[in-house]
Amino acid sequence: MTEPNKKDPRAVAEGLNAEATLGPDHAPAEDLAQHIAPPRNQWWDVWDQFKTHKGAMSGAAVFIVIFVMVVFGPYVWTFSPSYIDFEAMSAGPSLSHPLGTDPLGRDMLARMMTGGRISIAVGIVAMVISIFLGTLVGVLAGYSKALDGPLMRLTDLFLALPVLPLLLVMVMLFRQPLSAIMGVNMGIFALIVSAIGVTSWMHAARIVRGEVLAIKEREFVLAARSIGTPNFRMIMRHILPNVLSPVMVAATLGIAQAIITESVLSFLGLGFPPDFPTWGRLLYDGIEYMQQTPGLVIWPGLAISLTVLSVNYIGDGLRDALDPRIRGR
Amino acid sequence: MLNYTIRRLILAIPTLLFISLIIFALLKLAPGNPLGDLPLTIPPEVRAKMREALGVNKPLLVQYILWLKEFFWVEPLHLFDVLFGTHFSDGMQRIISWQTRSPVFDIIAQRIPQTLWVVGLAYVVGVLIALPIGILSAYRQYSVFDQVGTFASMLGLAVPPFFSGVLVILVFSVYLGWFPAIYDTNLQVNDWHSFVEQLRQMVMPVLVLAIQTTSQISRYLRSSMLDNLSQDYVRTARAKGMTEWVVVMTHVLRNSMIPVITVIALGVPAIFGGAIVTEQIFLVNGIGQLLISAIYSNDLPMVQTLTFIFAVLIVVFNLIADLLYGVLDPRIRYD
Repeated sequence: MTEPNKKDPRAVAEGLNAEATLGPDHAPAEDLAQHIAPPRNQWWDVWDQFKTHKGAMSGAAVFIVIFVMVVFGPYVWTFSPSYIDFEAMSAGPSLSHPLGTDPLGRDMLARMMTGGRISIAVGIVAMVISIFLGTLVGVLAGYSKALDGPLMRLTDLFLALPVLPLLLVMVMLFRQPLSAIMGVNMGIFALIVSAIGVTSWMHAARIVRGEVLAIKEREFVLAARSIGTPNFRMIMRHILPNVLSPVMVAATLGIAQAIITESVLSFLGLGFPPDFPTWGRLLYDGIEYMQQTPGLVIWPGLAISLTVLSVNYIGDGLRDALDPRIRGR
Repeated sequence: MLNYTIRRLILAIPTLLFISLIIFALLKLAPGNPLGDLPLTIPPEVRAKMREALGVNKPLLVQYILWLKEFFWVEPLHLFDVLFGTHFSDGMQRIISWQTRSPVFDIIAQRIPQTLWVVGLAYVVGVLIALPIGILSAYRQYSVFDQVGTFASMLGLAVPPFFSGVLVILVFSVYLGWFPAIYDTNLQVNDWHSFVEQLRQMVMPVLVLAIQTTSQISRYLRSSMLDNLSQDYVRTARAKGMTEWVVVMTHVLRNSMIPVITVIALGVPAIFGGAIVTEQIFLVNGIGQLLISAIYSNDLPMVQTLTFIFAVLIVVFNLIADLLYGVLDPRIRYD
């Protein structure tokens, strides 16, 4: 659809200079100091702008907290997520079980932490696959005139696929064979991650293609070509660094999307097995008991929602911060 | 406009063929044997006959074309027969479900009213709520209303339907007891009491589906209104002495609705996909629930047909969106 933040690529290159010298509210002394100071990395400007976006900053804070809890939490809270304690079945929150236990007496906090590891890992890996495919298709389509038509047709075709039903079908058909090859857990992980990646690269491809088409006409590309830069190095050295910012935004939003998709699959019972639970699977398992122990569904649901919300806010902030027209305003 | 329409229609055909090929290939290339669940005591010659009856011994291309014929020729013909009492499709092979041994489309026809009721109503409600929110938050940009609305729509997009559905069940049916947690499809609406009952059981699924729609559409409308509010023609309209109501509701809204209407059309297939989850939560026996149960029981013809129906929906509504855009915005037509 319409991408409201179409960037003028020229401004990316000049943003740093223009901002350092032309800032209207700089005192003369400060101005002088800036001239003397060594050139700043442009990522510091991005960070400065990012800091002013309150939603993005709180989003980043929440995401870091969740991430740290999920990654390092199990080393601090050394309770086994699969330890069955029949004396504390469906227990409410207490000191020994801060989030209560499930109907088998397994500690909810430990299960949430291991579940989150898988959920976030799925989100990140699926995002990497989808961004890789999207960037590849986008760069090829934008860079080569011959490939542009076919690749964009392919993108349109993929956009018309019914994603959720297809994902369900893929999981249904390939779960057992892949589990046989790679082991139950790795098999389902590989299947879900690649299925999500293969069905979600299209938006990134479109954005990247648009950017590449604009950059291709710029003088520095002409200059590089005139000294005989081969195509591959041209793409790696000159094109890719310049499409980095839209790709980063798409990647951030892609994590959120992938986490939601994975939990939908798990929620429909076609995701991860119960002994290898993700947040979506925990929620699915908790539904049966939600009248007695509502915590079983509330905690995983809250975790998914908070993660997605924070990642979306980070994406919003990044989009603003990477747009040099807004930066410094 | 005719030229534009024909071009779009012609583009839709290869898209549909490609998608049908992908779905077919996915289901055919997948490991698994349609007779795998049958007892081993069946003699080999009977087994061979069964394979023949299922048509799985023919070449893949023939199977694919036969499926296309069943989907695009036999089933529409059958529908025509049912509607007009003719007998064109007598004796033709229809798509048969492995699960129930009855034609797939008969089951779908039983299920689709439930889905349309819940999903369709949810979409209408969602759009109707989104319109005032979008208009007001653009008109009063950065006001408290706008901030709250933006946050709420971020929240609406972030909270997945399976969580919001479970939450509303917990709050409204477990704690408050206002609405039933399960959608009763057998309910016959024939008097006031059953009508109220029907409304009560539809509130929660409609609400859950509408939250997603509202968040998305109101965000689109807001940004589209903002783009238009700063245009010169708005200043002209104000300078002519138009009232604010006329300026906003007639001049700005009409122009802002062009992209939003296409988004609304494009969102229809997505909400059918969302209905898969919502139907599962509230146990509405619509086509989403049918797909899930078919997947669980390995009913491949049903899965294949339903998946393709979802694809057809997407292509058709993409087409509608394109055409609407052409109708509403003449600049697109002559592109």
